[in-house]
Amino acid sequence: MQVHWVTFIAAVAAATSPAAAKTISVAAGAPDANEKLQEALILAEPGDVVELGAGTWTLTDGLSLDVDNVTLRGAGTKDGDGTILDFSGQQGAGEGLLVTSDDVYLTNFAVLNTKGDGIKSKGADRIVYHQLRVEWTAGPKETNGAYGIYPVESRDVLIDSVYVRGASDAGIYVGQSKNIVVRDSIAMENVAGIEIENCYDADVHDNIATKNTGGILVFDLPSLPQQGGHNVRVFDNVVSDNSTPNFAPKGNIVASVPTGTGVLVMANSRVEIFGNLLADNGTANVMIVGYRYPYEDEKYQPLPKDIAVWDNQHGNAGFAPAFPGGAEIAAAMGGNIPPVLWDGAGSAIVNDEVGVLSLNLPDVGTPQSEAKPSPADLKGDASEPLAGVTLPASMEARVQ
Amino acid sequence: MKRIAAAAAAALLCASMAGALPEPTPNQAVIDGREMPAKLSAFGIFRPGTSEPIDALLPYTLRTPLFSDYAGKKRLIWVPPGEKARVAADGQIDFPLGSMIVKSFAWPDHNGGRPVETRLLLHRASGWTALPYLWDADGKDATLALAGRRVPVSFKSPGGDAHSIRYAVPNKNQCKECHSKRGEIVPIGPKAANIDFAAALSRPEFARFFAELPASALSIPRWDDPATGSIEERARAYLDVNCAHCHNPEGSASNSGLFLRWSDPAGINYGIRKRPTAAGRGSGGMEFAIRPGDPDNSFLIYRLESLEAGIAMPEVGRSTVHKEGAALLRQWIAEMPKDGH
Repeated sequence: MQVHWVTFIAAVAAATSPAAAKTISVAAGAPDANEKLQEALILAEPGDVVELGAGTWTLTDGLSLDVDNVTLRGAGTKDGDGTILDFSGQQGAGEGLLVTSDDVYLTNFAVLNTKGDGIKSKGADRIVYHQLRVEWTAGPKETNGAYGIYPVESRDVLIDSVYVRGASDAGIYVGQSKNIVVRDSIAMENVAGIEIENCYDADVHDNIATKNTGGILVFDLPSLPQQGGHNVRVFDNVVSDNSTPNFAPKGNIVASVPTGTGVLVMANSRVEIFGNLLADNGTANVMIVGYRYPYEDEKYQPLPKDIAVWDNQHGNAGFAPAFPGGAEIAAAMGGNIPPVLWDGAGSAIVNDEVGVLSLNLPDVGTPQSEAKPSPADLKGDASEPLAGVTLPASMEARVQ
Repeated sequence: MKRIAAAAAAALLCASMAGALPEPTPNQAVIDGREMPAKLSAFGIFRPGTSEPIDALLPYTLRTPLFSDYAGKKRLIWVPPGEKARVAADGQIDFPLGSMIVKSFAWPDHNGGRPVETRLLLHRASGWTALPYLWDADGKDATLALAGRRVPVSFKSPGGDAHSIRYAVPNKNQCKECHSKRGEIVPIGPKAANIDFAAALSRPEFARFFAELPASALSIPRWDDPATGSIEERARAYLDVNCAHCHNPEGSASNSGLFLRWSDPAGINYGIRKRPTAAGRGSGGMEFAIRPGDPDNSFLIYRLESLEAGIAMPEVGRSTVHKEGAALLRQWIAEMPKDGH
């Protein structure tokens, strides 16, 4: 009897306590590597690490992860000795990797040439994207996927030290989420470098956004489950030479972003832009505009409200304004328009020591062709600064 | 444990009753258990060594089925003894624990009409579990394919076109991408409004499986039968069945703001003059998902008629264009009154 009891208790313990976390290693290069890797992602248990071997993985179908608290770790992001997930021959799925579970940590691998988005996470709370490369290696092309790194409908998102290039919409796109940090990352040669859309509470700082069409975008769009974007801080970034001609497929909202845009705020309330180095953006270093399209959503708020701009360093800007009528305005003003451009809708405080051009279109229903551009003085006292975003300690611990 | 004991007792009983075998039933202990058996035969759904189901399950058909590369699908329901499924007021069917939904995919002119794959939805204590099985080359059993697989399949579609595709058997996660509601797996197909009860009612299993038929079960039209609804109604039925499992506020495409349930109003969120949200090149350079009167400039059509990853919708489960379905949606959009501006 004694023995039986011990066995019984051991069996109960095994059934009720989570199995010890383990590392599942998967090697690149096997003929069925795609299936083996997907199988590992399905069989992983909370706490496990799935280790992706170094080398180039030739993948034909999108991968997905739906287990909480799993780490997906590669050997690095560089060609040669890193873990390269190559989707050039992808036949199915809307993205390279889809994460739909919480507390996932993605680190040290590269995702290349996906047909749709690079890495998407949906409803994936406390996700950490760290030291990743997502790239369309032929550079800007309309046929590239839309988003490089794409968390949506999530609470607590950290994107840290990633590199994204070539996205035909946004390199780093955070949509309809809350409590977000995007930092220490590089976005280049995308249509939008970094885009925060329909989000609440985001800090975007210490990034480099260069050679995109537009560097950093803070948008709010109608008819979506989460709207009314607010409390976004864009600070200490380098946003320079965003000069790539817009290559977004027509119809998408970013297809309307003028080439040469530095930081662009559309709709949203409480956005702070400070301490950035903004230079060589041919249309404007900072643009603040309303949503100027027809919409049928009564709850939608199309105006930028309570936008504050201060302590930014401005280099050359406004030398090639790429919006309709921009060239004529620049010519009339002696070659350049001022580095800060406001369409005249909503409210903004600009305390940078540079000029502001207003298009004097306070009503978003007025067509842009009726713009009456004139210099504007938007100096004033901004609201009490936002407190900034704090992420759960468990997330920060991942990247220490 | 009780069930296992009961099954063991039943087995002993059978052994003692040589020659008078009772009607076989599926292996309830396996359905209820936590395992993911490597072989489909472990469930006892099919006669040994064949893909012919045993008689104990209830076959059913749908009025408007999901398009899956022109595959013909055989669907079966199992409800454990002593239990019954109930139809809720909203038409959702509440299956008791221990229930199982079985769907096999075959083409009449491929591999002698034998199924390529069989998918299971098991209602376990931990929730619904989705398992994909791929039939072995000898057709005698099927093997678990948790990570999915692409299988070469050749067939002719009803219009006579020959197709040779790399048919995608979904992986376990992809099962959930469609079968997802608030992040949990749920059945999609067997809703009261879409089950062809007329066909199912004649089966003796029906009374054992279902508590009752709802007095006025609302039925959606058959997408391809003009006698069952107008163009608009049939287009709506098609969108509900083919798209709304993701395109609803609790589904995998909730963030798109495009909601295509039978019950959704025909406005912006139904795609009408809705601008792309996260469509990327799926917009095909067009402004709206649906531009009334203009199917050629409606990117909903563009995505349905594309086979390219990153553009094609649905994202999983389609390697062929459903010409007939797209034609219905084209006609529906073409007949919409154009707006004044």
